[in-house]
Amino acid sequence: MANVLVFTELHDGKVKPVTLEILGKLAGQNTDVAVIGDLSADEVTVLANHGAQNIHKINGANLDKYSPEGYANALANFIKSKSYDYVFAGATSMGKDLLPRLATQFDAGLASDVVNFTMDGGVFAGTRPFFSGKCLAKVELTGPKPHFVSIRPNALGMTEGLTAGAGTAHDVAGDAGNVRAAISEIIKAASSKIDLAEANIIVTGGRAMKSAENFKILEELADVIGATVGASRAAVDSGFAPHSMQVGQTGKTVSPSLYIACGVSGAIQHLAGMRTSKVIVAINTDPDAPIFTRADYGIVGDLFTIVPLLKEEFKKLLGK
Amino acid sequence: MNIFVCVKQVPDTETKITPTADGSFIETNSIKWIMNPYDEFAVEQALLIKAANSAANVTVVRVGSVKDTEALRTAMAMGADEAILVEAQDNLDSYSIAKALKGAIEKSGKKPDLILTGKQAIDDDALQVPQILAQMLDLPSVSVIVGFELNGTTVKAKREIEGGALEVYSVEAPAVFACNKGLNTPRYASLPGIMKAKKKPLAQYSLSDVGVSDADRRVKYSEFRLPPEKPAGKKFDATDAAKQAEVVAQVVGLLRTEAKVI
Repeated sequence: MANVLVFTELHDGKVKPVTLEILGKLAGQNTDVAVIGDLSADEVTVLANHGAQNIHKINGANLDKYSPEGYANALANFIKSKSYDYVFAGATSMGKDLLPRLATQFDAGLASDVVNFTMDGGVFAGTRPFFSGKCLAKVELTGPKPHFVSIRPNALGMTEGLTAGAGTAHDVAGDAGNVRAAISEIIKAASSKIDLAEANIIVTGGRAMKSAENFKILEELADVIGATVGASRAAVDSGFAPHSMQVGQTGKTVSPSLYIACGVSGAIQHLAGMRTSKVIVAINTDPDAPIFTRADYGIVGDLFTIVPLLKEEFKKLLGK
Repeated sequence: MNIFVCVKQVPDTETKITPTADGSFIETNSIKWIMNPYDEFAVEQALLIKAANSAANVTVVRVGSVKDTEALRTAMAMGADEAILVEAQDNLDSYSIAKALKGAIEKSGKKPDLILTGKQAIDDDALQVPQILAQMLDLPSVSVIVGFELNGTTVKAKREIEGGALEVYSVEAPAVFACNKGLNTPRYASLPGIMKAKKKPLAQYSLSDVGVSDADRRVKYSEFRLPPEKPAGKKFDATDAAKQAEVVAQVVGLLRTEAKVI
């Protein structure tokens, strides 16, 4: 059995879902949670029910907002005061930025963007994609401990059948140390929708969308089914959508429950970025488009008539 | 002002990947190699800084196999002044690569003012090297940047986070910046640029020259394999206008009853 710390970031005061996926998968290990910031009693209960034994709330000067150095320093100081074998976190924007710096403070290794793992005999062995998912490889850690692991959101899934946990919260004084790169301002995104990497349903438009304006029909469909809208590289390069919406090898890698590709031909680099979606629907006028080789449900037809019909049909189904 | 740009050479995005028979890595013989696409934004940013600051020099550094020197020659053809290549196997882990980059930068004898990289390499997709390098050099870093303004020695950098929101950082050089698509539009190498690049200095070192050994490996990769193939799906013809509503209703029905995703 290994001693494990799971770092969770907070979003509007709540722990990220990926934290609960990680905790569920770590059942059977001695698992603590660390958070920087304040956690409500309800959130502490959620973490305890998912198996967290000690929940450490770290607060201190210069820790009110994220900075790579401040967070890494505060967590490193805390981890040094304990004896953890492993430190896990979600491979979110923050996790991807923070963990390499934190691990290097221990001269330790980091297995990043892991999609599955085992802890046989308390030893981590994981699976992670390479080449944006065109192939998979086994990943193991060696060298000084603790070892660090980041987990891709939506990959492990949630654990069912929880029982009440006895985990308790503790306050920890944090030391951010010398912070040289600090956030001076945050510019909010135009859309308040959930990020592609964490979305449960995604509707993506390709080159066949023809214009940025036409993405409106995808937005309307997305609103009905609670989806986030994405775009292919061809659509982004044509100026129909910003790069933050791009799905594929040079954009976001996604694994939603449902992926609806509209007018996407299915270039290798696009398929690599969305192949782990659980169910794929493709709409394309070309019956030989490569996207159909990956689709669970393919519709050969014009997206400009099919998408509005889909929206109406989903409305009926969902009683909206 | 000394600007270092760290680049990686990766298989072209259209490459079909085939694991080796023993699963130790992938077949690399027939691959078309390109500069990692995100590194092009780092090279371009360095050249934009150089254009506004005639005293600036740009050194590109790469750790990897010597199959060809495409990435470094491309960077020099775009306008970088010189290059350093540290010869290493293709599937080195991020810690070893960062340590080799640090060693190469130190060996150049130039004190870095700015270090620019791509936000990730599209082969291992590890997103680790820029931050590890920054920590090893005790420098601040900002990753996934889509905005960069240099005033004197102060950089205002915009970092893209979930959903396209931006964190604006203010940081004093020296510092490390990892660049994302959207930062700038990389130039194409001109023919005279390509000719000139052939005469630009390219220093070559081994891993041991820059202080890296097998003992520096922190992450072991093995059992490279293709992901499981999906069974063929169902395809519906909705090219006939009279059948479209029926097909859509059928698919939506299947999404609920068969796929159970909605």
